[in-house]
Amino acid sequence: MIGLYSPGHSLLHRAPTLLKLAVLSAGVLWVGFLGEPWQLLIALGVVAGLYLLAGVPARAAWQQVGPILWILLIAVPIQALLSGWVPAAVMALRLLVAVALAALFTLTTTVTAVLEGFQRLLRPFGRWVDADRVGLLVAITLRCIPLVAEIVTDVLEARRARGTQSSLLALAVPVVVRSLYAADAIGEALVARGLDD
Amino acid sequence: MSTIVFDGVSHSFGERRVLRDLSLTLSERRIGIVGANGSGKSTLVRLINGLITPDAGTVTVDGLLVTKNAREVRRRVGFIFTNPDNQIVMPTVEEDVAFSLRKRGLSAAEIAERTRAALDRFGLTAHATHPAHRLSGGQKQLLALAAVLVGEPQVVVADEPTTLLDARNSRRIADLFRAMTQQVIVVTHQLDLLEDFDRVICIEEGAIIADGAPSVAIDAYRALLA
Ligand SMILES: Nc1ncnc2c1ncn2[C@@H]1O[C@H](COP(=O)(O)OP(=O)(O)OP(=O)(O)O)[C@@H](O)[C@H]1O
Ligand SMILES: [Mg+2]
Repeated sequence: MIGLYSPGHSLLHRAPTLLKLAVLSAGVLWVGFLGEPWQLLIALGVVAGLYLLAGVPARAAWQQVGPILWILLIAVPIQALLSGWVPAAVMALRLLVAVALAALFTLTTTVTAVLEGFQRLLRPFGRWVDADRVGLLVAITLRCIPLVAEIVTDVLEARRARGTQSSLLALAVPVVVRSLYAADAIGEALVARGLDD
Repeated sequence: MSTIVFDGVSHSFGERRVLRDLSLTLSERRIGIVGANGSGKSTLVRLINGLITPDAGTVTVDGLLVTKNAREVRRRVGFIFTNPDNQIVMPTVEEDVAFSLRKRGLSAAEIAERTRAALDRFGLTAHATHPAHRLSGGQKQLLALAAVLVGEPQVVVADEPTTLLDARNSRRIADLFRAMTQQVIVVTHQLDLLEDFDRVICIEEGAIIADGAPSVAIDAYRALLA
């Protein structure tokens, strides 16, 4: 999705979005019920197989799943001390499988496909909600994430360059102001590009 | 070519009078607009597609009153902003181009085909599925251009399209403007961009102080700056 999509033509890439979403969510739920480490290891193996099937490059997969390993590095010893190694391992494997499944969805699904999925889901409610608008709202929100991230980086850099004292307010004010300006400009661009059609 | 007519247009922001009783007919193929910072250039071009509504007077595009027919006018007039970051509204390159084609009664296959052609024309094919925010500044402006031109507007209005670009990218954008079959109206501080334009208008304090061949208007502008 937000720049995480890993282009490809595998079965997973081509599967209907809603079906994929349903199956992957069911997988995440199911993993929640698995209580034995060996069961979870098999689940992990299946997920790894799905990654191979999808042909996701190792680097892209690592970007998604890597961060959770850092969390586990801290959480597992704590959990182990509190309730033993087996529950710690079960928790770690569950989390890993769940995150990997969720990441697999974002890695193999374009935003457009997600939006279309949303719109199909919302169609029966067409009388009350404009599915198109909702889809657009989601897309633009996704687009704004890197934009705001960029603003934050910029402001942090400027602050470092000026050697200003670190205070949350000194960060928040310019970030909010610039985000509002950007929002204004994007709104204008949407109008220019015919959003109010 | 389209004909854009400003008739007795005035506009203020609060107390500040930005355009004063301006009347102007634009029908040449390539029109440049120059003037100092704050002289009212952006305000002028934003009136063309109804991003700003004038306090007094009227603006028409091919006889269509902009305030009354905004939708139709915006379909005919494509607008390029200075900062492409604000113009790109979709997360990936091809989705952003395709966004321009929504609600035009085109089939999905047709949208895909036109999007592909537009990306190809602007050398963005290799980036089709990439996140738009990872493109370089020059590529982002190319994407903005692709997304506007895919909608096949009759007029392209650009407000300082090369200001944020390096010399090579601004030359590339300038060449693309030169190659466009559409009518183009460009606001710029890069005067060499306008050398072969059909008409250049110089604005100062919201009034036209020179209007004619590039050399004439640009000389007037240079004299003003000196
Ligand atoms: N939304 C606004 N609210 C208040 N004042 C504005 C607004 N937009 C423009 N102005 C003011 O109107 C005047 C003309 O602005 P405009 O943006 O048209 O100038 P410009 O010729 O495009 O300048 P530049 O070369 O700096 O882009 C400026 O003094 C500016 O401060
Ligand atoms: Mg301006």
